[in-house]
Amino acid sequence: MAGIMDKIGKKLIFCDGGMGSLLQAQGLGPGELPEVWNITHPEVIIKAHMDYLEAGADIITTNTFGANELKFPEEGSYKLEEIVRAAISNGKEALRRVREKEPGREAYIALDIGPTGKLLKPLGDLDFEKACSLFARTAKIGADAGADMILIETMSDSYEAKAAVLGAKESCSLPVFATMIFDEKGKLLTGGNVESVVALLEGLGVDALGVNCGLGPVQMKEILRDILRVSSLPVIVNPNAGLPRSEGGKTVYDIDAPTFAAVMKEMAEMGALIVGGCCGTTPEHIRCVKELCSHMPVKLPEKKGRTVVSSYAQAVVIDRDPVIIGERINPTGKSKFKQALRDHNLEYILKEGVTQQDNGAHVLDVNVGLPEIDEPSMMEEVVKELQSIIDIPLQIDTSNIQAMERAMRIYNGKPLINSVNGKREVMEAIFPLVKKYGGVVVGLALDEGGIPDTAEGRIQVAKKIYDTAASYGIEKKDIIIDALCMTVSSDSKGALTTLETLRRVRDELGGKTILGVSNISFGLPQREIVNSAFFTLAMGNGLSAAIINPNSEAMMRAYYSYRALAALDPQCGDYISVYSKDTASLGQTVRKGAFSSQKEGNTGTIGLGESVEKGLKERAREAVKELLKEKSPLDIINQEMIPALDKVGKGFEKGTVFLPQLLMSAEAAKAAFEVIKEELARSGSSKEQKGTIILATVKGDIHDIGKNIVKVLLENYSYEVIDLGKDVAAEVIAETAVRKKVALVGLSTLMTTTVPSMEETIGLLRRKAPWVKVMVGGAVLTEDYAKTIGADQYCKDAMASVNYAEHVFSQTCMA
Amino acid sequence: MDQVKREALRYLGYGKNTADCAALNLIDSCMEEVQKGADPKHIYREYPLRFLEDGTLDLGAFQTKSKHLFKNLQDCCQVILFAATLGTGIDVLLHRYTRLEMSRAVVMQACAAAWIEDYCDRINENMKKEYEAKGLYLRPRFSPGYGDFSLECQKPLTAALETGKRIGITLTDSLLMVPSKSVTAVMGVSEKPYRCEVKGCEACEMKNCVYRRG
Repeated sequence: MAGIMDKIGKKLIFCDGGMGSLLQAQGLGPGELPEVWNITHPEVIIKAHMDYLEAGADIITTNTFGANELKFPEEGSYKLEEIVRAAISNGKEALRRVREKEPGREAYIALDIGPTGKLLKPLGDLDFEKACSLFARTAKIGADAGADMILIETMSDSYEAKAAVLGAKESCSLPVFATMIFDEKGKLLTGGNVESVVALLEGLGVDALGVNCGLGPVQMKEILRDILRVSSLPVIVNPNAGLPRSEGGKTVYDIDAPTFAAVMKEMAEMGALIVGGCCGTTPEHIRCVKELCSHMPVKLPEKKGRTVVSSYAQAVVIDRDPVIIGERINPTGKSKFKQALRDHNLEYILKEGVTQQDNGAHVLDVNVGLPEIDEPSMMEEVVKELQSIIDIPLQIDTSNIQAMERAMRIYNGKPLINSVNGKREVMEAIFPLVKKYGGVVVGLALDEGGIPDTAEGRIQVAKKIYDTAASYGIEKKDIIIDALCMTVSSDSKGALTTLETLRRVRDELGGKTILGVSNISFGLPQREIVNSAFFTLAMGNGLSAAIINPNSEAMMRAYYSYRALAALDPQCGDYISVYSKDTASLGQTVRKGAFSSQKEGNTGTIGLGESVEKGLKERAREAVKELLKEKSPLDIINQEMIPALDKVGKGFEKGTVFLPQLLMSAEAAKAAFEVIKEELARSGSSKEQKGTIILATVKGDIHDIGKNIVKVLLENYSYEVIDLGKDVAAEVIAETAVRKKVALVGLSTLMTTTVPSMEETIGLLRRKAPWVKVMVGGAVLTEDYAKTIGADQYCKDAMASVNYAEHVFSQTCMA
Repeated sequence: MDQVKREALRYLGYGKNTADCAALNLIDSCMEEVQKGADPKHIYREYPLRFLEDGTLDLGAFQTKSKHLFKNLQDCCQVILFAATLGTGIDVLLHRYTRLEMSRAVVMQACAAAWIEDYCDRINENMKKEYEAKGLYLRPRFSPGYGDFSLECQKPLTAALETGKRIGITLTDSLLMVPSKSVTAVMGVSEKPYRCEVKGCEACEMKNCVYRRG
């Protein structure tokens, strides 16, 4: 029998329909795991498969939707391996019996893989690698037992879908199909859309993709239209039997088989190549679809050739309309950034990211290379942090292959990758990663011979990069050529060569281009003048993506005005919305995000103390700068900052100041402290720390807002805080306490269910670090409860923890 | 001031005190962002209700023992299992501001909590009307974790409603819901109207709670 991939595009392929509802009709009870029926009721399962085969299904999906090690652990009464093997064997038996009646009948057994039922970190508590290994294990058993293909389905989170595809592909070589649930607005439950999902799945190299569950066929038509517009792969449609409603505890669906089939026919006409059903559909539905559609002509979708990158939430197309790639997350030439990397100050990096997005970046370049840090771990951590708070795609920028692979693996989307070049060794290292994880890769037009002086030389390198990529199965659309920008002060023809290269890549090679624009002005005064002029020229010569500083007014002016002039901004809408509001200065780029948009109004004369009390961040920063001209940093801290913080703190304890104000004031103080720290650094000293405190939200708990409030306040009171985060294992806390020899640990928990975990942590701390004092807080805790679990101190709020820290460290000082 | 904002202020610990202008502005701006970021969804299904002899409640999808829930479901013939969520967008926002601006994170957390309660109330109000048209009366929401209604019931409740694939609510190992701004509940269906509706804070036995209403 030919493989399933040989059939697709030659005839319409029919999937089966729902399994759950059939089993419920046969007596599957609520709370019972359907997968167990593979072992306890094999005849029921075989019969269901046979019914679908007899109805005309080409693909039958095994009863393994929830078959993973979370639901079937090794120590459970049914082992995963038994369940999956039984499921495959039931599928094979059904096919065998059908073949007795219909000799030579062709059909394929798809190992069905559904979601784990848990959300991945950082939103949930399932680790990405753990998810990959869960999926890999199920896929491996299924492949070993003889499945013909793998169907990953009902995924509503792109990150989990990525884990599933990687898991499946790393454990076997079967064809992998993947279908997601979209809502009627075309969104995933975790925020992605059709374009971002298609970019991700195509990048990961699935064999077919599509949509299932969630909607009925009528509502699914719009989603299908969107998928067909962007997908170059065969598309699968497996809708529910209409919309569900509840009748006496049972879910019923509102579309009968003939109506269902009629809509499925429309979708096959639109271009779906694999059709079947999901919840509520029965063999009758599939029979009707087959009868109506079996002789329809089909053809494989055209290659769309779109150059597209994605985040978890959105896709960015790289084409005629130039894409802005923010260059600021990069330590080169930035001493503060380097210090942030050495201090592991991720907040600094995140703020760089948010500011660039607010100022108009479409993609963020991420480069954290510094000789003295562990780049692979730092890269992984920064990418994870950025993608958890920012919804635009990232460009992974490193020459460290390990760092590149780790970032590509855990990235939630299809990234830009910076970069390869024409050197064989580099291409051999990077193209396999691009093939495996997906991505658009920047190809620098240089090779073993160096940087060609002429455009012709660069075009030759570009061709070599395209050809080599093709030999790895990477299409031209996923390569973006860096035409290379040499500094014009040392080579007066440099800019012209670059511009010619841009034009020729576009016109002769039909490719996309990118430039690190600001290199052009190296060594010149007032660099923005040259940069922005060159940027306009580059866009005019076909530049598809620009790595620039989006915080630069001059660059963004060039960008917005070019788009208006090049008919890329209908009715100059974007230009007007950005520049019409401010007539005083010559057009300030409007900042979009809430993060940087809070105005404090006219606060010109307010002193430092008062601006801290009132929580005026900007003013506090200005006021402290003014004060630094006449006072020493230490005097400012002791005479202005601490009294203001104390006043707010006391007000909070008395109930006249409330949490929002307490925190706004803490943030204003923090902003002022940052200015003071810089001043101290200039004079070669640093702010004195009173002591080191570990903070953690205990294992099992992912709500850490309380802990974070405590952290902000403690830092203002000059404590160094080691924040271990949320869901932290007792061992990690104890080990850190020992290693860093801390005197005080603060633990938080929100729920009664995680208090035992707090008790266990305290117990371990007592054994491993008996000198440590432990303070605890959290919604369900009380003074008595805290004592029962062995804590030294219960802190009812954030100020209480500051007071306790002051108490503990005044004693250690005396001792 | 509208009800949702009042509730948000209560969650922030204002009690009967009035908030200053800066805090009120922050709340308004957070409410706006919550509204943009939220993608509220809900699901409910009806199940038969049986009171077993040993005091166990059979809610169709699962069985449990709970004196408080028992009291809540007196005179009822069916139950509705209900779940609602604001979606993961809110968690992303909370996470973002936790990293960048704690004051905003704290206020947004209160706004979102007030928002999901209000969303559930509005949905339930419509359900009440629909049932009353059929001569049936709904009891107030009663959630796992209230009184002695075991949090363990989150598992069968979310499984019965298939909340993971239908509206995106999943559970952590310690039975916390993700997205964090989610609600699950049982609502009794009775042929008799409810005499006196006590719900939320007033139904809770933690009388000394700092967040208590009123």
